[in-house]
Amino acid sequence: MSFLSQLINGLSVGSIYALIALGYTMVYGIAKMLNFAHGDVIMVGAYTIFTAVSMLGLDYWIAIILSVVFCTVLGIVIEKIAYKPLRKASPLTVLITAIGVSYLLQNIVLLIYGSHQRPFPKIISVKSIKIGENLVISGEAFFTMVITIVIMIILTLFIKNSKTGRAMVAVSEDKGAAELMGINVNRIISITFAIGSGLAAIAGLFFASTYGFIGPYSGAMPGIKAFIAAVLGGIGSIPGAMLGGILLGVVEGLSKAYISTELSDAIVFSILIVILLFKPSGLLGKNVTEKV
Amino acid sequence: MAMLKLENVEVCYGVIKAVKGVSLEVNQGEVVALIGANGAGKTTILHTITGLIPAKSGKIEFNGHNLLKTPAHKIVSMGMAHVPEGRRVFQGLTVLENLKLGAYTIKNKAQISESLERVYQRFPRLKERRNQIAGTLSGGEQQMLAMGRALMSSPKIILMDEPSMGLSPLLVNEIFDIIKEISSSGTTVLLVEQNAKKALSIANRAYVLGTGRITLEGNAQELLNNEAIKKAYLGE
Ligand SMILES: Nc1ncnc2c1ncn2[C@@H]1O[C@H](COP(=O)(O)OP(=O)(O)OP(=O)(O)O)[C@@H](O)[C@H]1O
Ligand SMILES: [Mg+2]
Repeated sequence: MSFLSQLINGLSVGSIYALIALGYTMVYGIAKMLNFAHGDVIMVGAYTIFTAVSMLGLDYWIAIILSVVFCTVLGIVIEKIAYKPLRKASPLTVLITAIGVSYLLQNIVLLIYGSHQRPFPKIISVKSIKIGENLVISGEAFFTMVITIVIMIILTLFIKNSKTGRAMVAVSEDKGAAELMGINVNRIISITFAIGSGLAAIAGLFFASTYGFIGPYSGAMPGIKAFIAAVLGGIGSIPGAMLGGILLGVVEGLSKAYISTELSDAIVFSILIVILLFKPSGLLGKNVTEKV
Repeated sequence: MAMLKLENVEVCYGVIKAVKGVSLEVNQGEVVALIGANGAGKTTILHTITGLIPAKSGKIEFNGHNLLKTPAHKIVSMGMAHVPEGRRVFQGLTVLENLKLGAYTIKNKAQISESLERVYQRFPRLKERRNQIAGTLSGGEQQMLAMGRALMSSPKIILMDEPSMGLSPLLVNEIFDIIKEISSSGTTVLLVEQNAKKALSIANRAYVLGTGRITLEGNAQELLNNEAIKKAYLGE
């Protein structure tokens, strides 16, 4: 494969990471917590599509919508039941709870579907695009990138221009002051979880389509990578999550192609460490000290 | 009947009791000053009124509503706005976006633009700088923004926590003039201040807070001439 097609593969995987990283970063920005169960929502989204298409024989589009709706509701429910009672608890308590939720989701799926990998239905059937002599973009990669870009544009416009979007910015800056404006902070947090989990469902579709198989632990790896992407870009920053995700995908793809598949993760982590050494708040993170 | 009424309010941070049974009243149309030394509990009282901190016991009533049972985000639509200590404008948003958040609970677009015009009239500086990021405003401008933001909801009562803090003497005068204007346009004011002299000079009545307790209350003019007050708070 040519360098360009490797690059495009990297961009495509990177846009999946970016979609997941958006969920991490938005939840962190607004609820000030790391939702480590986020990766598993991706897996649940993929299983929802698998169930709808392979077991129930539903239409692809219906399956995708079902998956987005199911994950959105799941995100809201997780927040209500597991995190909301801990609003005033220490960050460590919340983190441990999030890890607990992650195991819970994995084990529920394990219980229902068993531990073996399932073939993920071929849903995205877009023809490959041939550009010039030796550059072929796979239909899946192309579709993934286009949808991701569209989602990012819509999300950016939503946050910049809608009333709810501006309330989200206000809550992320100062919950107390936001309450004084009449903003229902709990509702904004709920909406943030809903958006993040809806995006995770779409990421789950792309991720499972790219790899072709799903298992109960399928969400862990992309979850961690996306978390790294969010930190790399500056956790809490939406453009940062997009940049971090895409950068990570490209570095990983090129390392796999030109250096070594085994070492690619090590390379990704090394880059993260180096960047954080020079810019502790991440590439686009704000350099503010934590407010008390 | 009092517009805002606190009865034996107690507030704790963990095991520490910061407010130890405070009762106070604000009547419609008044400017009431709440003065006291650092750490006396002034900010805590305001935060308890607007629901950012729960009270341990006591009663807070606003126009007949029980505020202790009202979540913070529902207070502003009852007609109470709070200009918090340290301004707390949304640093990353523009002046205009901050002002619009002040009218977050108002659905009527015409009403919002009317309020905006009124705020711009009172603070021409904010109009000039409407597209500037709030974090880059000077301290005085941020204070004006915090006040303008609170006025966007057309409140019946406005609580202000040390609006003159950290400002130059010239700006302090300007801010107090604006508070007088806000009051004469019909908004009731509960004013927390370190600058006791200034606060008492524009207030009708005042309460003096010792550590967590009201130690003195009365007509602002009389308190201004009170020997103990002069010693403790007016630096005379
Ligand atoms: N979040 C908190 N946790 C623990 N104690 C607090 C907290 N906030 C305030 N206190 C304590 O409560 C007391 C009252 O504080 P408060 O901020 O209400 O005082 P204040 O009168 O507004 O003072 P200042 O004039 O300095 O603003 C102080 O002793 C303070 O240390
Ligand atoms: Mg204070």
